[in-house]
Amino acid sequence: MTSRLGGSGLRLAYERRVVADDLTVAVPDRSFTVIIGPNACGKSTLLRALSRLLKPAAGAVLLDGEDIHRRPARAVARTLGLLPQSPTAPDGIGVAELVSRGRYPHQGLLRQWSRDDERIVAESMAATGVADLTDRLVDELSGGQRQRVWLAMALAQQTPLLLLDEPTTYLDIAHQIEVLDLCARLHEEQGRTLVAVLHDLNHAARYATHLIAMRGGQVVAAGEPGRIVTAELVEEVFGLPCRVIDDPETGTPLVVPAARTRARQHGGRA
Amino acid sequence: MVLSIAVGAKPIPLAQVWPALTDPTAAEYAVVHEMRLPRTLLGLLAGTALGVAGAAMQALTRNPLADPGLLGINAGAAAAIATAALLFGVGAGAGQIWFALAGAAAVTVGVYAVGGGRTATPARLALAGAALNAALYSYVSAVMLLDAAGLERLRFWTVGSLAGADEDTVRRVLPFVAVGLLAALAAARPLNALALGDDSARALGARPALIRAAVIVAITLLCGAATAACGPLVFVGLLVPHLVRVLTGPDLRWLLPYCALLAPVLLLGSDVLGRVLGRPGELQVGLVTAVLGGPLFLWLVTRTRTARP
Repeated sequence: MTSRLGGSGLRLAYERRVVADDLTVAVPDRSFTVIIGPNACGKSTLLRALSRLLKPAAGAVLLDGEDIHRRPARAVARTLGLLPQSPTAPDGIGVAELVSRGRYPHQGLLRQWSRDDERIVAESMAATGVADLTDRLVDELSGGQRQRVWLAMALAQQTPLLLLDEPTTYLDIAHQIEVLDLCARLHEEQGRTLVAVLHDLNHAARYATHLIAMRGGQVVAAGEPGRIVTAELVEEVFGLPCRVIDDPETGTPLVVPAARTRARQHGGRA
Repeated sequence: MVLSIAVGAKPIPLAQVWPALTDPTAAEYAVVHEMRLPRTLLGLLAGTALGVAGAAMQALTRNPLADPGLLGINAGAAAAIATAALLFGVGAGAGQIWFALAGAAAVTVGVYAVGGGRTATPARLALAGAALNAALYSYVSAVMLLDAAGLERLRFWTVGSLAGADEDTVRRVLPFVAVGLLAALAAARPLNALALGDDSARALGARPALIRAAVIVAITLLCGAATAACGPLVFVGLLVPHLVRVLTGPDLRWLLPYCALLAPVLLLGSDVLGRVLGRPGELQVGLVTAVLGGPLFLWLVTRTRTARP
């Protein structure tokens, strides 16, 4: 397994509150990696560290073998993109204009807007199915449409690695699946490495090619969902008694929480 | 601009404006060169400075109501000038702009520190600015009550006026406005990235802390220079970016240059209006912009959609 992005011996902390210590992770190239775990397990913090928004107190995040904080900000931005959990759209901004801001790291004072930029923005919008929204204002869009526009912006950045912090939050189930299908397609068709933090274990098991399960700032298990998602793992990571069956649609693991009466027999949380 | 030269206590026919500018023997040459021309140039400079500073500030704080007044920067410059006038008797002249810049810089740093330093949020910045603003204006009023007679000139100045303009003022203010303007225009593209939130900006390879520092320096230069020259003018820095945004949208690479062009037009227009309405004396331009700006601003507030959380 080759890996362009990873970290070892990471201590991740906000001020003095240590979220994770001596954490080691690797993102396999060309994988759709999904990080899961209970609330406050450090999964979003890990994503922030991988995207160099948070500097580790110890250890280093390596991108192509080099400490990510020692590389020029713009060079990193051409390799690694991030869609934050709640990005801000400026008031009155149009869809095409927002997507075109993804070209920022490819431009400079001397290298202004070019025909290439134009083409890449159009392709990104086509890939996320927002081409027909070009002239709309971002404020007017539905949550699902807006998320696809943000994804288009991240795509326009043209990075081989793309990090997504809970891309399905605040979306209803249909829009969640729509966004995840889109991610899977980007991963398969464009060969990008995707890393996403997801809340829904079943979504993670269905879409991920590589799963990282965290608890208490530590990686409990990592690997293919079909191999690592078991009732024991879910119980260990989430403290949730459950059964794991085959997803009738995809054959991937499907976690079915134990019924209230059975949970009590398990001695788990009522 | 032509109107600004033509209109005044001694009206000059429009046809006579060009001869008055260029022909030293023309009857109006003295009036135009010693009063109207510097006044017009100063209006251009101050307008550009305030318009660009307002737009930059709204982008920086992600607050559509941000204004050189809101963050207390103009008030800081005014307080410094009032203090200097009271203690050292520095009236108009070379010293004034340095006091104004020092005051503007002190307030900018103060607001930034009180607002939370590196972790400052737009809301906290705005709150800290509003509080300091109120305190500093009270202070300026108090200083003026202490020494009403000696500060008669300052009284007009705190309202905001172009009347004190002479060539020296223009020459002193020009370099500060020029540097501030260049810095602000250079920051347009990074500010576009910052508008998407700090996380997105960093993901795009921009450096938020660096951008903030550069823009704050630019704003301080622009506001300090403008305030030193013609007092704390209100509403120009707030309104012009809103008006321009209707034309250009939120892209700062267009917004900032258009503000630099449109703001002086608004300021000079108000100044001319003040001279026409106030005959045979004049209304201070600060009063005119406030009276015109208030209703226009209310109209803007009601038609602006409320920002999503």
